[in-house]
This record gives sequence, C-alpha cells and structure tokens, in this order.
Amino acid sequence: MRQGTRSWFLVAALVGAAALMAFGPVGASGTADVAGDAAPGRKLAQNAVKAPGGRWTTVDHSKLEALQKDFASPEEVTAACLSCHTQAADQIHHSIHWTWLCDNCGDGKNMGKNGKTINNFCIAVPSNEPRCTSCHIGYGWKDKNFDFSSNTKIDCLVCHDTTHTYEKYPAGAGNPVKEPTVFPESGKTYLPPDYKKIVAKVGKPDRVNCGTCHFYGGGGDAVKHGDLDSSMAMPKKSLDVHMDTEGLNFTCQRCHTTKDHQIAGRLYTTPAAPERISLTEADLASKIACESCHSATPHKTDVKSNDHTDKVACQSCHIPHFARIIPTKMSWDWSTAGQKNAEGKPFKKDGPLGKPSYDSKKGDFVWEKNVEPEYRWFNGAMSHKLVTDVIDPSGVVSMNQPVGGPDDPKSRIMPFKVHRGKQPYDTVNKTMVIPHLFGGKDSDAFWTKYDWKKAITSGMAYVDLPFSGEFGFVATEYYYPTTHMVAPREQAVPCAECHSRDGRMKGVPGVYIPGRDTSAAVTDLGFGASAAALLGVAGHGFIRFLSRKKREKK
Amino acid sequence: MSDTTKRPMRTIYLYTRYERFWHWFQALLILLLLVTGFEVHGSITLFGFEQAVTVHNFLGLTWLVAFAFFVFWVFTTGEWKQYVPTSKKMVEVMIYYGYGIFSGQPHPCPKRHDAKHNPLQRMTYLSLAAVLLPFQMVTGLLYYLYNSWTDMGITGLSLGVVAVAHLIGAFAILIFLIVHVYMTTTGHTIFAHVKAMFTGREEVEDVGDVAEWEKKNPA
Repeated sequence: MRQGTRSWFLVAALVGAAALMAFGPVGASGTADVAGDAAPGRKLAQNAVKAPGGRWTTVDHSKLEALQKDFASPEEVTAACLSCHTQAADQIHHSIHWTWLCDNCGDGKNMGKNGKTINNFCIAVPSNEPRCTSCHIGYGWKDKNFDFSSNTKIDCLVCHDTTHTYEKYPAGAGNPVKEPTVFPESGKTYLPPDYKKIVAKVGKPDRVNCGTCHFYGGGGDAVKHGDLDSSMAMPKKSLDVHMDTEGLNFTCQRCHTTKDHQIAGRLYTTPAAPERISLTEADLASKIACESCHSATPHKTDVKSNDHTDKVACQSCHIPHFARIIPTKMSWDWSTAGQKNAEGKPFKKDGPLGKPSYDSKKGDFVWEKNVEPEYRWFNGAMSHKLVTDVIDPSGVVSMNQPVGGPDDPKSRIMPFKVHRGKQPYDTVNKTMVIPHLFGGKDSDAFWTKYDWKKAITSGMAYVDLPFSGEFGFVATEYYYPTTHMVAPREQAVPCAECHSRDGRMKGVPGVYIPGRDTSAAVTDLGFGASAAALLGVAGHGFIRFLSRKKREKK
Repeated sequence: MSDTTKRPMRTIYLYTRYERFWHWFQALLILLLLVTGFEVHGSITLFGFEQAVTVHNFLGLTWLVAFAFFVFWVFTTGEWKQYVPTSKKMVEVMIYYGYGIFSGQPHPCPKRHDAKHNPLQRMTYLSLAAVLLPFQMVTGLLYYLYNSWTDMGITGLSLGVVAVAHLIGAFAILIFLIVHVYMTTTGHTIFAHVKAMFTGREEVEDVGDVAEWEKKNPA
C-alpha cells in the first residue's frame, strides 16, 4: 500500500470509528447480569436448606456423643472438638490467627503482633499480653512463655459459637471467666460460658464471631478500623450493600474465602489477591476481591467509570465515607497521658460524639464520624516500621505505609483511614519503644505507676531491646485500607469530588486527572491572550467609532 | 454605517443553505465545546463535571462525523477553491483593516460568487479547517481514547501532554472566535455580515464580475 493511500485509509477508519462511537449503542456490550439470583443451581441449594431439618451442614452437634458432658474448662471443649476434627489443631497452628506472625512476610519472625511491628494505638503486645491477647484464639497467652504447640489451648468457640453467649474476659489473656466477674473499666459482669449449650450449636462463623475481635481492635468499638465496627454485625443496605441483612447478607467468609482454617486477606506485606483474578474468568480463584465477581469492567450503564479501574480501586468511589454510624478514633496523643485530677487520681473526660476526649491512662483522643478517606497508591502490601528500625524524629514517623506507586501496574488509588498520634521513642537510639502498659499492682506498668521511664525500661527489657533511658514523643501515623462499608451505587463518590482542584485526589501523584491537573502557564497564557484579543478588537472598534463620528462631522 | 463616498451596491446570493447550516452548526458546537471543555478543565462551573464530560464527548464525536461530511462536501463541490491561499492583495487587506477602514475607504476585495473570502480570510479559514480543527479533533480523540492507548499501540505519550495540547488548541479557537465575531461588525452595517450568514444574501459593491486580483493571468 502506498504511503498516501494508507494515510487516507487511516483517516477514513478514524472518522468511521468516531461515527460508530457517536451513534452506536454505547455500553451495549457485556450487559449480562452477574447477580445470579436466578441461577438454577443456587435455587436448588436454597430449597435444600429450606427443607425440614435442612442446614448447610450434615452434622447436628447436639447429637454427638463426645459433646454429651458437662465441661469443666474450655480446654476440655477443645479436646472434644479435636476428637472428631482431627486436622483442625494442625491447621490452626499454621494460621496467623494463632501465631500472630506473618510467615510469608520477610523472615517470618518480625511481621505481626507477636513480632516486632508496632502501631500507634496501644503500641505493641509484648509485656501487655493478658490485656491484648483476650482477642487471641487461644487460652492463657499471658506472657512470652505461651506454648504455641499446645492443641488444647486453641479456642474453637470464639469463632464457632453461634449462640453468641460465649465471651472472653477483656484482661484474661484469652480465657473466659470461671465465675461471674466484673470488668472494672466498663462495669460489665462477665459470666462463665454454658459450654454444653454452646457446643450443641457450634457452626460456621458469622459476622458477630469475626466481629468479636475485629470490630473492637484497639480495645473498643470502632477504635482502630473506621470501616469495621459493631454496626457491621447487622448492617443495612445503606451501610454495606453486600452484607445487608435484608439483601445479599454476605458473611465475612464470602469474600475472605477460607480453606483449612486459612482465611484469605491482606497480611502485612502480603496482598490479599496478588493477581487481579476474576471468578467469572477463572473458577478456582481462592482469594476474592471486588473484581472476582464484578470483573474489571463492572459498570454497565456508565461506561466511563470502567475506564477508571486501571488506576482507581473500587473502594475509592464506592466507600464515600467510613465510620458512617459509629465514630472512629482518628488521633491519639500519648504525650499528654498521666495527668491527675485535683484528688491526685487518674480521670477520664467526655468529648463530643459521646466518646472520651481524654483518659489519664492513654492521653488525648480525637474521634470522627462520617470521615472522608485519604487516598494513596496501593498494591495491596503495607510496609511496617519495626521497633528495631531507626527513625527520623524530625518528621512524622509512619508506623506502616501503603506500598505502591503510579508506575506499578498492580497499584491502584485506594482510600485510607490515616490514624495520627504521638507516642514515645528513644531520643538517643532513635528507635520507637514498647512501653509496659498493662500489669499488676507491683509492676512498672504505665497504667499502674504513670511513669513513662519505668514503663519503657520494663517493656524494652521484656523484649530484650536496648533503651537509653532518654525518651520523647514523636508524631506518628498509621494507615488502614478502607475496604468495608461499601455503599449502594447511588451513594458513590460523584465525579466532581475528585475531578476538581482541591478535591479528594489532591496530592495523589503520578496521574493526570482532568479537572484537577493543568498547566498553569498554558492556562494563564491562554486566558491572557484571549483577553488581549478582546482588548484589541474593542480598541479597533472604538477607533472605528471615533473616526466615523469625525467623518460625519465633516 | 454609511460611508462618505457612495458607491453602487447590489445584493448577491453568496452562501448556500448547506454552508449556512454548516456555519451555524459549527458555531454552536464550538461554543458548547468551549464551555464544557473549560468546565472539564476546571476553569468554570456550569453543568457539573460529569454532565460537562458527557456533553463534551458527545459533541466532539458529533463534530468528527459532521466534519467528515464537510470535507466530502468541500471537495465534491469544488468549494475547496475558496480556501486556496494567496498572497495577492494580502498587504492591501491588512492595510485596509489597519488603516483604511478608519477613513472609510472601500474594501480592497469585495465578496463575489467565486471569491467569497478575501486573502486574509482564506489564510485564516484554511488554517482553521486544515490545521487547528484537525489538531483539536486528533488531540480530543486521543484524550477520549486514553484507556485504549495500549491496545492501539500508542506508547510514550502522557495524558497530561495530550490534555495540555488540547487546551492550547481550545485557546486558539477561543481567540479566533473573539476576532471572528468582531470582524462580523466590519460590514457596511454592523449586522450586515451576520444577516448574510442567515439569509445567504450579501450586499456588496458593484465592481463588475471579475476583480483584477482574482484573475489567473492579470492583464
């Protein structure tokens, strides 16, 4: 083909394509509904479950011989469970729920609550075990001598109790109480579980089971996660379209697919789903992300939105705000902790939103409700500061940070809750420190003696790390990817909230966003030249007007 | 506006129905594209970003198609001849607009059937139709097809560069529009040229059929 002919072909093809785009049925392709409610297989399954005695399981635990006894301790319950579920203990022993270590991250020893990671809430687990490990799926992790190889220390019930009467004592190192006990901090009385009644009804974990720990991270409802709190136990559609109790009613495992007690999700440096695999394309994807069900082109009527999925995570538009019902803690300043009232006693102060603004044990808090996320590039992995890392105290120290960037094809712009705080560090060694916060009356724990130096010395000695004896407070931040509380489509973030000069995308680098970005020089020059043209023609017209007047006078 | 020196005038049918339709259709497209484009750019707020994008994209693609028809028309009717640039009388026209117009001198190139545009107009409209508008269409289409660049084999191009190029084109069109609208007032009355673009009939000075500058081999 001659060069000239080819360029004419190109022009013709371009014009033809334009005509098709202008007049063709835009977005008519791929309109198949993936909701699948009408799928015959699903109907059959639902009918089977509705049948008399029908359940999603073939066992009625109330009829099992091994469970027909009065259990004296929760360990006895576990032994009974394991007498049938022969592989369960081994599976649990290899899960992060048990080890509190990410064995796929780095050397497998540092990343995790039981490793060297720290956060800007209660900072770290070591030396504070009895308080922190009430959320462990084991019994009696009260210090570093806990036996991780024990089978009967596994707590099956905290995940599998469907009666929701099973409770662990908040400061009990993961143990339920043996007799009615009042927890002084909340005034709530904890009762010994009725094991026989509970084991008769064990089943698959529901949202409340997972929420027992994950809603209350940081020691209270909605403290850590802005998108995961007790409002997610029975959410309405407006709070979460998937978990809507009157609608799809997803359990946590619907997305956090589980195999052999290994629950899919993001773990420190391990992304939840390293490949953006779609269940609609590959039946056997074991980890589920939005795309698994919705594909990479989920929008049927508004196709422009589909163009965004290469750079923007679904969550960025579909979780317009987090903490939509319960306020979440946005800031925690440890440097003001330890103040006493007129009687020389620790005190608490109530703040707005019905949440405390000050606690002598912990310092100053800021809570927020209906929070707009901050946006960062994210490839699914987080980098974590270790207590052994050297820090630069002149700036804000990130306890963790999203990994990714505009040039990483696996990165997307993702919404985050950024929790900000001030916490102690070693001013000589330039490292973060682990303070001993929770301990008995004779201990050097901060919540006992309100002495930072003693608390840090005790905590650092516990983990066998150096402490110079000099400490200060440094500004810190901690990132939580916002991925729950997916709002109905009508509430998705409107285009203009990102496509504007000072919108949600302000400061997100490496991408040209129409409406946000421009060349200031070109814009100024362009408007300047337009104004000059306007002035020029106005001047020309004015001289025409004057000269005509002059001619008319003559 | 009456001139000091009266010359005989006559009315000629200058602009066909298609030309007038094309002119005003194009005018409407340009105006709306400018307004919605500057909204997408973040300079003004009118329809809201989403609406502005939708309207801008639709009009841009519509214009592509309409422009293809125009190109077809201009070549099949031979009207392309009206856009052949010439330097003849160019200086005179420039002197006229820069000086003569103030003293009421006659236009050096009165409009005629076979010469609807003076040399300055020929140059301007040719630049517009052959350079600026295609440039704007190509950059606009690239902008629109941004997500398909990889499939189209386009590499090493950034959206920022395309967007700013498209913006520069927009400013050039805006400046053309300002001057063009002003120039419509330079006829023998203020609205004479605008009226002609509706009726197709323009009142011109009676200077005979063929002007000297239009002749291929001037005597």
